[in-house]
Amino acid sequence: MIVAEGLTKRYGDVVAVDDLSFSVPPGRVTGFLGPNGAGKTTTMRMLLGLARPTGGSIQTNGRAYVEHAAPMHEVGALLEAGAVHPGRKARDHLCWLARSNAIPLRRVDEVLGAVGLESVAGKRIGTFSLGMNQRLGIAAALLGDPGVLVFDEPVNGLDPEGIVWIRSLFRALAQEGRTVFVSSHLMSEMALTADHVIVIGRGRLLADSPMAEFTHRPAGAVLVRTPASEQLAVLLTADGASVEVADDGALTVSGMNAPEVGTAAHRYGIALHELTPQHASLEEAFFELTGDAVEYHAAIPDATDRKVTA
Amino acid sequence: MTAGSVSVPAAPPVRANALRLALSAEATKLRTVRSTMWALLATLVATIGIGSLIAMARVSRWDRLSLREQLHFDASAASLRGIFLAQLVLGVLGVLVISSEFATGMIRTTFTAMPRRGTVLVAKALVFAIVAFVVALAGCLVAFAIGQSIFAQKHAGISLSAPGALRAVVGGAVYLMAVGLLGLVLGTLLRRTAGAIATLFGLLLILPLLVGALPDPWNTDISKYLPGDAGRALFTVQPQSGLLSPFGGLVTLAVWVIGGLVVAGIVLSRRDA
Repeated sequence: MIVAEGLTKRYGDVVAVDDLSFSVPPGRVTGFLGPNGAGKTTTMRMLLGLARPTGGSIQTNGRAYVEHAAPMHEVGALLEAGAVHPGRKARDHLCWLARSNAIPLRRVDEVLGAVGLESVAGKRIGTFSLGMNQRLGIAAALLGDPGVLVFDEPVNGLDPEGIVWIRSLFRALAQEGRTVFVSSHLMSEMALTADHVIVIGRGRLLADSPMAEFTHRPAGAVLVRTPASEQLAVLLTADGASVEVADDGALTVSGMNAPEVGTAAHRYGIALHELTPQHASLEEAFFELTGDAVEYHAAIPDATDRKVTA
Repeated sequence: MTAGSVSVPAAPPVRANALRLALSAEATKLRTVRSTMWALLATLVATIGIGSLIAMARVSRWDRLSLREQLHFDASAASLRGIFLAQLVLGVLGVLVISSEFATGMIRTTFTAMPRRGTVLVAKALVFAIVAFVVALAGCLVAFAIGQSIFAQKHAGISLSAPGALRAVVGGAVYLMAVGLLGLVLGTLLRRTAGAIATLFGLLLILPLLVGALPDPWNTDISKYLPGDAGRALFTVQPQSGLLSPFGGLVTLAVWVIGGLVVAGIVLSRRDA
């Protein structure tokens, strides 16, 4: 269990984290989302006692991190890749970590096996790829068999096989009753991994809700396919809806829900081949929340759709 | 693959002494990077090699020395001149013990594993001090033995049981260890390898020159309390003007090192990592 209460961090005049309150319960994967500079890493650092809050608190299992004498038994953390000495061998890195928290050295080989690094345990970390570094960091997080796991951008540098693996790892850890807290800027990855999302932007809490609720918030758009697409588009626009026509004739209708579109089509005697309510993707929900949508979409060349204004 | 080998969270661990765990972790760290072995080897080479070369140079010029100079010849200090190079090597190693962690970001892994930063610094200092002292003592003993066998050609060699000789050898090792610890202090305070090494060399090599340029008697009054001269008092046997007593030198060095570590510990604990 992780609990933040009124957590605030200021660097001079800059407020990195602004009165943030949330809790991360055990037994599920909680995603921690936000654009770059939103305060995710600062929050993670305060959680791990690396940075001191200006105000408020963030606690794991009822205590501030620095009050845990051997914290690796309680909290396992994957920090940003590179928080290792490149000249040290992978096994040696895990050995000093184990010794620092009175963890039996046999755990070192267990976690090396769990992340698939046993064959390179005797290699210097400097020779590792980014993905291998991430696996080593995950091994370090698992070393103390902790009930709370914190991963900062864990998917960075992993190959597709590694991404599938890490997803199932998070799921398994949560099913064992652990608290799993994963930060990411990859919204689509979180949609597949997390049960619950906490979204922050400019240091403030924007959303704290189950993933399903987050992505199923009213998006309003309905995808319609019909042989008479131009005709229906004009009629629906006349009824007050906003319609976009794609090159293949698919209509994206907003301002009307699916039953209204279906009823209207029936009234006009137009056959429908498809009528699908559109859920906002996590990205869309995210951009809607953080207000970056316009800026972001403007950067994408968009030649396939044209707006019907008639 | 799943997390098959990860079991359900275990019972809380046995509460172990935080300093003992930190000592064990820091000893493992020091042992498992190659720079440690190279630096310790270089310390031995500098102490013994340079010491022997200087001893040979002194012997070759022996007959040109005045009788007074021959009578006041400090055979132990002369055999330990390699310390002046070895101090730079151990000082750099002391800096690297912590600055390499700041440079790679590993300090965050360290503080995540051991959130009591003061304990981490004490453990780093103790582990480094023990290793540095043992290696420095070995180097000083061998340098002393080789030096005395060279001086024996001119019947100027002394034995370790001569007055002050053993103290000079042990004192030389203590000084080398102290310089390494000052490196650790500067590495902690400055966090940058280059800056900390430059500052340490300035303290050891440049500052004495600047202080020496001050008018008499300020120059000696100040310089005898600088780490370099305080250390020289430890391994000098023949009385020399402008130096503290050996005990005074030891106390002065201890103030530098312990004072520095206390300041470094406070700064380390207050600063965000």
